[in-house]
Amino acid sequence: MHPRLELRNICKRYPGVVANDDVSLAIQPGEIHAVLGENGAGKSTLMKIIYGAAQADSGEIFCDGNPVAAHNPATSRALGIEMVYQHFALFESVSVVENIALSASSAFHLPSLAEKIRELSLRYGMPIDPHRQVHDLSVGERQRVEIVRCLLRTPKLLILDEPTSVLTPQAVVKLFETLRQLAAEGCSIVYISHKLDEVQELCDTATVLRNGKVTGTARPKETTSLELARMMVGSKLPEMHVSPPVPSEKPVLEVTNLSVKARDHFGVDLKDVSFDVRGGEIVGLAGVSGNGQAELIALLSGERTHGRSDAIRISGTPAAGLRADERRKLGLAFVPEERLGRGAVPSHTLWENTVLTAHRSGTVRNGLVDRRKASAFAAGIIDRFKVKANGPASTAQSLSGGNLQKFIVGREIALQPKLLLVSQPTWGVDVGASAFIRQTIVDLSRAGAAVLVVSEELDELFEICDRLLVICQGRVSPPLVRKTTDREEVGLLMTGRTMSKDQMASGSGDVALQD
Amino acid sequence: MRVAAPVVASLLTLIVGSIFFASLGHDPLPTLYAFFIEPLNSLNGLSEWLLKASPLILIACGLAVGFRANVWNIGAEGQFTMGAIAASGVGLFWPNPDSVLLLPLMFIAGMGAGMAWAAIPAFLRARMNTNEILVTLMMTYIATLFLSYLVHGPWRDPAGFNYPQTALLPTAALFASFDPAYRLNPSIFITVVAVLLMWLFTDRSFLGYKMSVSGAAPLAARYAGFRESAAVWIGLLAGGAAAGIAGMAEAAGPLGQLSPQISPGYGFAAIIVAFIGRLNAFGIVLGGLLMSLLFLGGEGVQMTLGLPSALTRIFQGILLFFLLAADFFIFYRIRLIRPARDTHALETA
Repeated sequence: MHPRLELRNICKRYPGVVANDDVSLAIQPGEIHAVLGENGAGKSTLMKIIYGAAQADSGEIFCDGNPVAAHNPATSRALGIEMVYQHFALFESVSVVENIALSASSAFHLPSLAEKIRELSLRYGMPIDPHRQVHDLSVGERQRVEIVRCLLRTPKLLILDEPTSVLTPQAVVKLFETLRQLAAEGCSIVYISHKLDEVQELCDTATVLRNGKVTGTARPKETTSLELARMMVGSKLPEMHVSPPVPSEKPVLEVTNLSVKARDHFGVDLKDVSFDVRGGEIVGLAGVSGNGQAELIALLSGERTHGRSDAIRISGTPAAGLRADERRKLGLAFVPEERLGRGAVPSHTLWENTVLTAHRSGTVRNGLVDRRKASAFAAGIIDRFKVKANGPASTAQSLSGGNLQKFIVGREIALQPKLLLVSQPTWGVDVGASAFIRQTIVDLSRAGAAVLVVSEELDELFEICDRLLVICQGRVSPPLVRKTTDREEVGLLMTGRTMSKDQMASGSGDVALQD
Repeated sequence: MRVAAPVVASLLTLIVGSIFFASLGHDPLPTLYAFFIEPLNSLNGLSEWLLKASPLILIACGLAVGFRANVWNIGAEGQFTMGAIAASGVGLFWPNPDSVLLLPLMFIAGMGAGMAWAAIPAFLRARMNTNEILVTLMMTYIATLFLSYLVHGPWRDPAGFNYPQTALLPTAALFASFDPAYRLNPSIFITVVAVLLMWLFTDRSFLGYKMSVSGAAPLAARYAGFRESAAVWIGLLAGGAAAGIAGMAEAAGPLGQLSPQISPGYGFAAIIVAFIGRLNAFGIVLGGLLMSLLFLGGEGVQMTLGLPSALTRIFQGILLFFLLAADFFIFYRIRLIRPARDTHALETA
């Protein structure tokens, strides 16, 4: 029997870099095959070559034993190859079914397509309403749309790029069930990831890439994560140092009885949210995406204001009515979940993007932008956070997601904030860089800053947070101390199952006093 | 690619223009020569070229400030008209018609009137989220009709044989030409300063930076806490000020008085100039020179070859059309999908 897909000696050079160097791999029908590697290891290039979005300089591709000559995404789809990108390609202003119809290679009929989407999404355990507008969907829900879009074509080979980074533990379990179900039906799956535990749980085979070369092939279930990590990173992994917190006496961020109506039909109302974050500690906010995180974050960052100014206090100053830049004057810095278009202007250069929030740090003088200062500022971030970019003059959109995230985190930390708000700090960032970002956040907090981390990755929250809050349907739980809680308790709170009525009631006024 | 589009659009405009001339029974090459080269063959031609380019460039610079922040001021024609009215009002009715302060006062009046006219849509947009495209456009008609009312009524020159026009402005209210033989006057220096200010604002200033963020990524502007209403106000006021000054310079320059028709469409043509210039100060200078040549060439072939006067507008339209089309084909690819009735074509895809 021929492999579903076989790559032989694939080489791909870009000016200045060898993206893929003599890469060979074989994927059997019904196999779940992991491609592991850090950012810049050549995973994306390899996937583009498989999918036909880029052409290899040399090497051969065989599909079911037949050589594949020059191909493009359209011919790949004809061969049954589908890809779920890490950056979703969805039109925000139209509905789910219209989005899927737009990518159809040929004719479609909207009502029957909508019905099919509903059926298929239910069958694979990831229900979506085909008539919802995409701009109302959370990142997790958008991913479902992308996956369902591929499944509609009953693919023979499905490529997933970092699919779990936006999912809750429960949703990851669901996704894995879906993928196993697909594999059992004979579909081959290429699973790009840097999360070793997931690869070990899910994948039959793993090909590890480093600097464009295959550094090893392993059966992840029979290999330790340390061995896999070494193949990926090539050296010893940095260890996290998390010293015990020394919380400040007075809270830096205080939220009291914050209630807000959602701005549209599909948003989530925030109901009587109260909590605080002290200097020197890291508080994590866990929750399934789409439970009010977006609304809460926008209110905390100042992107949305609130009529009752003392509902949010920063270092004691009522701040709920202040705009984002006015809150930044109080020492706030913020890393949003969306990097392109929110945390950075896609078409602007990196040095221009430092001015976005660092305009009080010397990059603007007498009302004029100081290009040299801004470039130096950007170069400092690129250097310190090892951002892979062609210097401060490269545009934000030319960076990979992980590298741009490093840049934005670096920029916000360089502002030396008193209060740092971080949403999904390491989404799509590789192992080495994630560890570095987390360590930097920990160091910032231990130097006295208050940090609130919103993440859907429980492992991350448990690794760095001192206290945990759980948000579910717009309500925030009383704080849990990390050392006395566990994943199960948090996971259940995330689904709202153990939130008894008294707990919900006490989730209002008393929370700030607890602790 | 951003630079390629205007060049491609200009070339396509020439080709379509040639076909157009041929269809009117004129040999394309000599006609193109008469249209684009002949007007510049004399000193007077050059003087007229710069004279007409000046208001186009000035207005386009102001408009581009707003366009960069996605603030769409389509009503520069109205702001130009109001600027001309206010400046002429000062020139006609100032107690001392010989005052050296007359021109500066007219400058301030023209600029102020243009800004005031633009402030109305700015207020409506910032406070009530009205669409500034519609409001600015509609206010152009109000301004034009207001001018018509003035020159037919209260401001009509009693000694003007009942023509709908005002009295001539006093000499102190006029820009003296560089040379009495030609009409070009020092008001072009205002345009030169405007181009430099525009460059400084968009390329170097923090305010201009904020505006470009508002235009390129509104969510990032909100993330950084830049006020959306500030972008609206600055964008519209800059356009209004530039158009008002251009109106003043036109009244105090080649016109010398008000009549119902004071602009050959500078306010609208400047929109095209801003886009051909890619919203960049120096690009706008080139765009303005090209557009001015279209005005001159149109007049020229009208007189020498008897071609219709609508030709200028047609050329403007073709140019804008090709510019937008070139941009479209640079950024998008067209894919055709067969229509369907009730099939599950996706299954078979």
